[in-house]
Amino acid sequence: MTTTTTSPVLTATGVTMRFGGLTAVQAVDLDVHPGEIVGLIGPNGAGKTTFFNCLTGLYVPTEGSVAYRGTVLPPKPHLVTQAGIARTFQNIRLFANMTVLENVLVGRHTRTKEGLWSALLRGPGFKRAETASKARAMELLEFTGLADKADHLSRNLPYGEQRKLEIARALASDPGLLLLDEPTAGMNPQETRATEELVFAIRDLGTAVLVIEHDMRFIFNLCDRVAVLVQGQKLVEGTSETVQSDERVIAAYLGTPFEGAPGAEEAAEVEAAESGATGGATQDEAQRGPTARTEDGQ
Amino acid sequence: MTTDKTQPTSVPTAEAGAPAPRTTLLRALTAAGGAAAVVSTFLAWTWTAEFPGDLTVYGYPGGLQLLTLVLGIATGVFALAALDLKGLRWLTPSGSTQALRLLALGTFAVTWFTVIAIAVDLDGLVNLEPGGWIAAVVTAAPVATTFLLPDDSRPLRRPKELPSWAEILIIAAVFAIGLYVVNYGIQTDADHPEPFLGYLIAVGFAAVALVKAGLISRISELTTSYRSVTLVAALITAIVFPFFQDKSSFTELGVNIAIFATVALGLNIVVGLAGLLDLGYVAFLGVGAYTAALVSGSTASTIDVKFPFWAAVITGGVVSLIFGVVIGAPTLRLRGDYLAIVTLGFGEIFRLAMLNLDGTSGPSVTNGPDGIPNIPPLEIFGFNFNDDHSVGGVTLDSNGNYYLLMLLVTVVVVLIFSRAGNSRIGRAWVAIREDETAATAMGINGFRVKLIAFALGATLAGVAGAVWAHFQSTVVPEQYVFAGPVPPNSTFLVAAVILGGMGTIGGPLLGATLLYLIPKKLEFLQDYQLLAFGIALILLMRFRPEGIVPNRRQQLEYHETGQLDVPGATGLKDGAVGVTKAEA
Ligand SMILES: Nc1ncnc2c1ncn2[C@@H]1O[C@H](COP(=O)(O)OP(=O)(O)O)[C@@H](O)[C@H]1O
Ligand SMILES: [Mg+2]
Repeated sequence: MTTTTTSPVLTATGVTMRFGGLTAVQAVDLDVHPGEIVGLIGPNGAGKTTFFNCLTGLYVPTEGSVAYRGTVLPPKPHLVTQAGIARTFQNIRLFANMTVLENVLVGRHTRTKEGLWSALLRGPGFKRAETASKARAMELLEFTGLADKADHLSRNLPYGEQRKLEIARALASDPGLLLLDEPTAGMNPQETRATEELVFAIRDLGTAVLVIEHDMRFIFNLCDRVAVLVQGQKLVEGTSETVQSDERVIAAYLGTPFEGAPGAEEAAEVEAAESGATGGATQDEAQRGPTARTEDGQ
Repeated sequence: MTTDKTQPTSVPTAEAGAPAPRTTLLRALTAAGGAAAVVSTFLAWTWTAEFPGDLTVYGYPGGLQLLTLVLGIATGVFALAALDLKGLRWLTPSGSTQALRLLALGTFAVTWFTVIAIAVDLDGLVNLEPGGWIAAVVTAAPVATTFLLPDDSRPLRRPKELPSWAEILIIAAVFAIGLYVVNYGIQTDADHPEPFLGYLIAVGFAAVALVKAGLISRISELTTSYRSVTLVAALITAIVFPFFQDKSSFTELGVNIAIFATVALGLNIVVGLAGLLDLGYVAFLGVGAYTAALVSGSTASTIDVKFPFWAAVITGGVVSLIFGVVIGAPTLRLRGDYLAIVTLGFGEIFRLAMLNLDGTSGPSVTNGPDGIPNIPPLEIFGFNFNDDHSVGGVTLDSNGNYYLLMLLVTVVVVLIFSRAGNSRIGRAWVAIREDETAATAMGINGFRVKLIAFALGATLAGVAGAVWAHFQSTVVPEQYVFAGPVPPNSTFLVAAVILGGMGTIGGPLLGATLLYLIPKKLEFLQDYQLLAFGIALILLMRFRPEGIVPNRRQQLEYHETGQLDVPGATGLKDGAVGVTKAEA
């Protein structure tokens, strides 16, 4: 599926992140090409969110570099966003006391430039920019299906819609690459399907997507390419088929093929796999199940 | 933000049927109780005019009796509205019982406060005339009846459409009443605490009653749909204020309120919008005041220049801005509470520096504790601010002149606050306040945006300080402390913002007014002012953390529940709501 030969939007080279003695991410290389949807999977604590934080400048990687369309990015979040990488957060980080529309307008920040003076003087330029921002924001709310809630406080939205709003807010900066950190966590199956459609639609608009997800059906439906992170290291990278059939992945993470029955049976299989060569953290993860959510990361 | 002035509501089913006979009876009794309270105010409550306000005259309510009178009338009228008397139903768009309870309680509290104060002040119950006893009894009765009434709270009833001139008239009337109420409070006798305490009790109960009745929501709907009319009305109300004062000292209260409210509003940009806790804000006021004093041409100034007023104000603002940037630039790069600590330190350093730049401990700049007196009176285009001026038959004295000047500054700061707050930069401030990590990840340069807020706040304080120095005609270091018994001090300003409501325009204005006026009128409180602040803030945090004036976001919540509760266009029962033009 990965036949793209264009130059990548994202090039991460040797990204390493250490917290004291803990190496959360170790020498990870990853490319994302225009028009691609790339999945990033791995058990909880594998370092996926930390990797995202390194990409977006929230953490300064201990080693390695991140480049957007060939330009190496400084590790400053606002410059990364300015350059064209936008993200959502695993544990939703909306501006709770702002309205839905205002949240998206904040997302427009890097693409507008009206400063304090222009706000105070309210010239025609200010009004034009403000109208244009609002129009673009409403467009994105239409796109994500939140238009009728534009005036609601974001903290009053149901969970699934909050996730959508995070996506709309990220899209407002007209990114060339969108990073989604567990976009379907806490969603019911219908909402998950809808999010799948949304991600396809985003890709069709010309934005490449890198997505962390625990829902395997979601990942394998959606992604052109999947990278597996285990204990900070990239274990495998390839098409859905390659990754699904890779023994190490099954052992380290899946425990069972993704369509497998849940519950006791799964746990038993996991334990069987466990007797292989996996550590305590992995066991922990498998017992919590693939969709267990944690409060880790950003 | 939602300017939908027609609240969609459904009429609850309980409303549909006639109320139980018992309810009707209780409401009628409450109305009678209100009437009895009114009558009782026409009796003498005590025999001597020694008690402030002269409550000795039959047939002529005075002093605290007036409060009982007004609340008694309100109780009666709202009880009649509860009885569905045609033409009064507009008074209770969201239910009558809670409002009635509060009004009855308010009447009771004011009356009993008065009666007890008479007994205490004059030493003994013998000082009460029969009228006092009667008043005490008849105001207790409605409390009992209203607490037996069933609660009839409901979502806001859809008001009848009024022609726009009528709605504008309502707004005008609201501001006129507001001005009257404020004037009444300002003009209470400062030598005795009783009248002002009674006033506070009455206003407090009445205000909450109006909120519960839904009238405040109605009014805020009107003011949002007629924004410019409201602004003009507010401005006119503020301008005419000094012309209604019969004593210059009342106008002076007005000047001080305007100054402190303005400074609190400036601080609200920093604290309320950008979420930066500035505990040394008063120092920026001081920087502006000292700068203006130094260049004012005062004989005591160590600099021998005389700038025109406008230039002095700009200099004050600019020097304050420089200090703001110098303090902010290193600190705002850090997250967390560093800013609070640094600004706290800066506030104290400023005061100590002003004390020590006296020529002996340091270079001679500020005359140390003597400050810079003799700032010459303002003169703009030959208009001397210290002289009386007559405008169309009414005379404006020096306080009046400064009041109007200060009002201009207030208006400018209000404009700046609302324009900056409602723009790209304002949204970035709020975003930073809400979640700094997410905000930077959305492309906001946190440091830059915070520095702008901090520096803007400092500049506005500097400008206000420059005007204040001219009004006071002197500056001394001891005015700029962290906490003290006289405003302004940083604690006062932060408390005004928090008490009033962070992030709003009305909040700090109201907060500063209350925090200034209450200790001013209740002199016995002065020694305990800080204690009272502390207690008030603790109670506030416990019961109303958003402050007295909820910000527009809380209003939105309110609107949202409206949207969720009601499927579309139900409750369009105009005929059921008997609001006629005449009553509006
Ligand atoms: N700021 C931090 N300080 C110390 N350890 C961290 C920090 N952020 C993440 N970690 C650790 O890094 C590891 C990877 O975490 P994370 O990237 O959140 O995993 P994932 O998103 O794959 O579930 C975890 O062991 C976590 O505890
Ligand atoms: Mg994570």
